[in-house]
Amino acid sequence: MTRILEENTREVSEAAPGVGAYLRGYVARVRGGELGSIPAMAGLVLITAVFAVVHQGFLSAYNIEALVIQAAPIIVMAMGLIFVLLLGEIDLSAGTTGGLCAASMAVLVIRHGMTWWLGILTALVIGVFIGTTMGWLRARIGIPSFVITLATFLAFQGVTLILIGGEGSVNLPGNMPLIQLENSFVPLWLGWVLLALAVLGYAAVQVADALGRRRDGLAPVPFPVIAAKIAALAVLGSLFTYVMGINRNVATNAYFSSKAQGMPWVVVLVAVLYVGWNFVLTRTRYGRHVYAAGGNEEATRRAGVAVSRIRISVFVICSGMAAVSGLVAASLLQSVQSNAGAGNTLLLAVGAAVIGGTSLFGGHGRVIDAVLGGLVVAVIVNGMSDLIQGANSSGYEYVVTGAVLLLAAGFDAVVRRARSR
Amino acid sequence: MTTIPALELRGVDKSFGPVRALSSVNLTARAGEVTALVGDNGAGKSTLIKCIGGIHRVDAGELVFDGSPRTLTGPRDAAQFGVAIVYQDLALCDNLDITDNMFLGREEVTRRGTLDVNTMEKQARRALDALSVRTVRSVHQVVANLSGGQRQTVAIAKAVLWKAKIVVLDEPTAALGVVQTEQVLDLVRRLADQGVAVILVSHNMNDVMRVADSIGVLYLGRMAAQVKRVDVTQTQIVELITTGRSGDLGLSSAESAGVAT
Repeated sequence: MTRILEENTREVSEAAPGVGAYLRGYVARVRGGELGSIPAMAGLVLITAVFAVVHQGFLSAYNIEALVIQAAPIIVMAMGLIFVLLLGEIDLSAGTTGGLCAASMAVLVIRHGMTWWLGILTALVIGVFIGTTMGWLRARIGIPSFVITLATFLAFQGVTLILIGGEGSVNLPGNMPLIQLENSFVPLWLGWVLLALAVLGYAAVQVADALGRRRDGLAPVPFPVIAAKIAALAVLGSLFTYVMGINRNVATNAYFSSKAQGMPWVVVLVAVLYVGWNFVLTRTRYGRHVYAAGGNEEATRRAGVAVSRIRISVFVICSGMAAVSGLVAASLLQSVQSNAGAGNTLLLAVGAAVIGGTSLFGGHGRVIDAVLGGLVVAVIVNGMSDLIQGANSSGYEYVVTGAVLLLAAGFDAVVRRARSR
Repeated sequence: MTTIPALELRGVDKSFGPVRALSSVNLTARAGEVTALVGDNGAGKSTLIKCIGGIHRVDAGELVFDGSPRTLTGPRDAAQFGVAIVYQDLALCDNLDITDNMFLGREEVTRRGTLDVNTMEKQARRALDALSVRTVRSVHQVVANLSGGQRQTVAIAKAVLWKAKIVVLDEPTAALGVVQTEQVLDLVRRLADQGVAVILVSHNMNDVMRVADSIGVLYLGRMAAQVKRVDVTQTQIVELITTGRSGDLGLSSAESAGVAT
């Protein structure tokens, strides 16, 4: 009996570390190479500051909206890529997969009169099918993913070209609901309600976790830390919602009452995808097995996990998300071009994941990396295109984007070496 | 000595094509004891533990668990009979923390199907406490940041967590420094004191003489002798390893000459 009491007191004393202890633990983790989102956040602030200084109007409501809708397809594709990268694989064809799926949707809906939602569903099914096939080729046949996806990268580009045909593009009608995603806005009141729901939901999960840990006699995250996190989300969310609420339509006056205000609907889509995939990665057995297989494949297999099934599944998720990304891009452009998803589409998404903190060596990465990295990439692309005008502007943009990806990958390699000292 | 051994091998044979890796090997491992398995390179130690772990199927002979003969068709069978093998390369995921590694493949989930991290953390802590581990501060440390000794500790604690009755340790101190070797040997002793039958495969005579209760010496695929630690000296064990016999212990001179019978 006394022993049990002693154990209880010991557990309680373990259960009450202050904010100081928590912060010290955090600093220790950062010094140990677990940098988390710090580099991406710092990069985002720094680059935004630079562009804001050199280019007036960079932080105008109009340009911020442009940034958000530009970032959305990159973020969505990067979310899928993170799963593949977590296993130390790569999908070079994610961009053209998205293009192929969007082209299929456009051709089916516009030229063959299919209902719009059935077209979207078909695009997603095609994406999932592509992912299954590539995953199977990797896991069962054993072809390196680099080679499989390099082949499909080229092949899908060809398929899109054939599908779209000589016209060069399929234009989507403005009244198609898919177009609303990137071009129409959440009503102001609804934006604030959704933000309130998001903050409350986040707070509920954090508090429930902390109470659960206290109930089980484990050290919970100190309440001031939780409060600070919730407050940060509330403040940043409010700032974003407020800025998005500013009317961006310069033609609004006594005679023209049409206003462009509120956040684009795609923000809601990205938020939902973030919450969903984050849940899968951090709170399910499947997510744990994805990390494990990326960390030590042999150990995971010995632990009884069907690694090849995990490997196929990440390609399915990646290609499925690529399809979503392709549709978002189609919504942004209000058309599908014959070169949809080609060029630097994939490069930007991989760059986003890596800049966000996902490792190319497998085992390290979070869904938030896609969001933060995607924003960084969008800021760079947007800022560069404003800065460099003229005939060669897209050439410079390619060079800078490539350099940033290389820099991020180099950073990843250095951090990895620091980790495995 | 009248208790039924946790594991008994009777006349185990194993060949790989024309190569006879094990021939009529007997070995007894009792609960609460450390049974050392020694022998020179190529004597058949690895083959023997792979037979116990269900990775190799034996050609002839019996594996008797708690008095009942069993056939192992795979690693799952071995795990079911309470065998845990801690391999030299440890099979830990560097990017996961201690708790995650200990529960890998057998994660606890709540009724809603989400990971039950609290239960896992408590059980991991308890398994480490049961072994009086003081070298591991937090069960949330990432394995990449652990020392070799700490990693070995985690791998052994995993076996305790899963209530293994027979734990095979393959060269647990091979890559460790002096202090860490001491810690791991203490751990091996405490593991046996928990009532586990420990089979310790080692090259290091000092380790073996320090913690073993019983020593089995393999010589060219044969069990030269299984002796009690208190009955032998280190010199005798070394003789058994190198020549297969020592005085009246071990194989007959004809057998020790390596003549296949």
